[in-house]
Amino acid sequence: MILIFLILIPLITGILSFAVKGEGAKMLALISSMITMVVSALVSGTNFKETISYSHSWIPTLGTQFSLSADGMSSMLCLLTGIVVLVVMIAQVNKDVEKPGAFYGFLLLSQAGLMGVFLASDALLFYVFWELALIPVYFLCSMWGGEKRIPVTFKFFIYTFLGSLMMLSGLIYLSLQTPGLTSYSWADIVRAGNSLPPQTQMWLFWLIFIAFAIKMPIFPFHTWQPDTYETSPTPVTIILSALMVKMGLYAVLRWLLPVLPAGVAYWSDTVVILSVIGIVYASCIAMVQTDIKRLIAYSSIAHMGLMSAVAFTHSTVGMHGIMVQMFNHGINITGMWLIVSMIENRWGTRDMTKLGGMATIAPKMAIALVIISLASIALPLTNGFVGEFMLFNGLFRADSAAHISLMVIAGLGIILGAVYTLNMIQKTAYGEVSKMIIAKDLSINEYLGLAIIISIIIFLGFYPKPLLDLTAAIAGLIVK
Amino acid sequence: MMFSGILVNNKKSIGAIAVLLFTILLGVNIWDMCAAPANAPQLFLSEASPLLRIDPYSLWFNTLMTGCSLLYLLLMNKEIQKVGAHVAEYFGLIFFIMCGLYILSTYNNLLMLFIGIEILSIPQYILAGSDKRNLKSSEAALKYFLMGSFSTGILLMGIALLYGGSGMATGHGSFYIMDYVSILHTDALNPVALAGILFIMIALGFKVSAAPMHMWTPDVYDGAPTPFTAIMATVVKAAAFFAFLRLFQVAFNSLSAHWTLVLAVITAATLLVGNVTAVFQQSVKRMLAYSSIAQAGFMLFAVLAVNATAWQGIIIYAVAYSVATIGLFSVLVKLKDYTYDGFNGLAKTNPLLAFTATIFLFSLAGIPLTGGFMAKYYVLLAVVQQGQLMWLVIFALLMAAISVYYYFRVIIAMYFKPGNAELISPVTDTDKILLIVTCVIVLLIGIVPQLFLTVFKV
Repeated sequence: MILIFLILIPLITGILSFAVKGEGAKMLALISSMITMVVSALVSGTNFKETISYSHSWIPTLGTQFSLSADGMSSMLCLLTGIVVLVVMIAQVNKDVEKPGAFYGFLLLSQAGLMGVFLASDALLFYVFWELALIPVYFLCSMWGGEKRIPVTFKFFIYTFLGSLMMLSGLIYLSLQTPGLTSYSWADIVRAGNSLPPQTQMWLFWLIFIAFAIKMPIFPFHTWQPDTYETSPTPVTIILSALMVKMGLYAVLRWLLPVLPAGVAYWSDTVVILSVIGIVYASCIAMVQTDIKRLIAYSSIAHMGLMSAVAFTHSTVGMHGIMVQMFNHGINITGMWLIVSMIENRWGTRDMTKLGGMATIAPKMAIALVIISLASIALPLTNGFVGEFMLFNGLFRADSAAHISLMVIAGLGIILGAVYTLNMIQKTAYGEVSKMIIAKDLSINEYLGLAIIISIIIFLGFYPKPLLDLTAAIAGLIVK
Repeated sequence: MMFSGILVNNKKSIGAIAVLLFTILLGVNIWDMCAAPANAPQLFLSEASPLLRIDPYSLWFNTLMTGCSLLYLLLMNKEIQKVGAHVAEYFGLIFFIMCGLYILSTYNNLLMLFIGIEILSIPQYILAGSDKRNLKSSEAALKYFLMGSFSTGILLMGIALLYGGSGMATGHGSFYIMDYVSILHTDALNPVALAGILFIMIALGFKVSAAPMHMWTPDVYDGAPTPFTAIMATVVKAAAFFAFLRLFQVAFNSLSAHWTLVLAVITAATLLVGNVTAVFQQSVKRMLAYSSIAQAGFMLFAVLAVNATAWQGIIIYAVAYSVATIGLFSVLVKLKDYTYDGFNGLAKTNPLLAFTATIFLFSLAGIPLTGGFMAKYYVLLAVVQQGQLMWLVIFALLMAAISVYYYFRVIIAMYFKPGNAELISPVTDTDKILLIVTCVIVLLIGIVPQLFLTVFKV
């Protein structure tokens, strides 16, 4: 029962928010996200022992149910969603947007969609939430985004919508193969998928995988991503990069790996190679970017590439690492975007060549930037290190020698990651002091938002056990 | 209704009478539906005539379509009154269309099919040309009439061939569709009957504007006065589809191996032409004409799949598509400029119109939680269940993604483009309530489709 609140709270407050005028919407969104965050923490808290589930009949003739269930992975991602949305709302406190009612309404609706995606244990319900998360984001980008926003978000929408439709047809096909009557429940879909001959699984794999690959995004399906990140307003960029890309990876772990084992086995190498190409390619492009937003967008492709590569190598440690890293990447990139938006706010530009000297004029902000950047290049004693260590460990333990050689190439991506991230720190925080438009260090709410992020980074860097415990059981299950 | 024009002089009261009569019609339909299982006295006896066969499906279909038309009349009442001087005749003709619809949903004999199609079509020829001052309207009427007569000729030819073909073995032919089930066995295949089926398929394909028999659609829909386009593109089309399905599913089921491929190619062509051409339109009204071709492509899926899900599919599709399109046309009719630019900034000048239009467009594009999604879902499910034609399903999904492009262009214009959309007629409170009701129906179909399929449990 508690699970349904995770969806209902943002959904109802989101709808209400459209009717609220002015500042009220902001407060409503803040309060709503706080409550959601507390509920998601409760869910993850109880989840060490058991899986929580809830179901209600929906369209019996189609064999679909309104059923939600939260295991370690789901509740971990719900917690991440809760934290990230809360941090976004905190950071928004002193910012003004046009039409706040609609803006916060759409943000909360997309949160409801995300929660639904992470919790759904019925394929059709999963699909519905998958779309529900996308549509508010489409409106957010198109209405509040930067220049060129309309064509860019249109491309993004059509791209992902096409992928979703492919996935839907795959899921329909699977649901018809279930033993007995048509059923969309996760267990039945898994059974149906496993019973299919390898030949069928091979083409079905792409039908389903393409939607996830576009969302993650995996090279060569990533072309929508840098433009969309760049043009979106910061809160939306955070939702997209910290949470929505996780939808893609989550979906691979939940709805692909266990469902079509033979298909996955056949295409694993292809996906791993694509992912590794993505890592190196995105890292190289990130190095020559001068716009910080684009730089982080490409670095995100590289990070996701590493996770997707490991997802297809079938090792328990690796799988466990993905879970941990999904959480950490979400936290770190949220911090990054927050700082980028502060920089843009104060200097009026995102061009690194025109920035500099942050450490002298805004020391608190510079410290936060350095800590978060170090976490994103996985320095020991930050949260990024734990995840990345496990990921590489997983790649090393993979059965084939080819994977190990690929790992070496992927490691190159990490080195390049350090290059462009440190370069960014150097250019923005140090060097010649550039003039600010609004000369101000962190405001209280920004301070609070970054403090939450940084304390999570350091806490999980020192003591990752709670996160590891939460996801240990499910990681083992997926590999089996 | 026909005579109300003589008795009543006030335009408004004519509109009110029409609404009243429609409500009575709806009531009668519901009465019969409730009475059928309970063996209570019915107004129309199921076995009244061998020419018509009233089963629960057709009753339910009639009820839903009457409901849609009632919604249409309520939303468009004032607009219909504005088209020209002969208001009573317009309403009278709409009642004729409904009469044709009832025959098409219950016919049991090919001659009744023919009569139904004629009763359905002739009022449309007149309605299309009702705006006599407008050259485009006259062109639409003439084009529609010529092409329509031509296709009726083909239909008659098909019926004649089928009659002859069915009589080859036994010596006497039959017009009754139930007879074909036993006569047309695959082993006793005869080319005359097959040719008949092909001719009927082409003629009905013309009525539902399937490619390549779709050429008339854009001009007619674009030229006809908008209130009448709304009913031509929705309820009428749904009726033609129901007739199509009834014939092919009941009578020609055993021969499906012979006509499936032809129909599959027609479906693919319809989807391709409808969707791709819609992308290039500048006028929203014309875009909707092409989109109605595209949607017809999806409805053809129900005819392709010869199984029980197809019936559910066609009913849910008919309602979802009709309600959303009627709603969209009722928004369109309020606007001065029918191009995409005419929609610019509608969200600012009239948020409610923009919001409801967005829901209707979502439904047409097949976004989940709206009726259009469930409709597409059911018809595609019907075909996937057959296990063949997976290529067509994937092709249809690609086309659905294309359709998002042109539907969302309207949303982009309404919400993201600066502008000042001008209205020609004011939006009254009644309009607002009706539009919201329409929206709720669209969402209801998307969330609880079984509500609209209750008949299938009986």
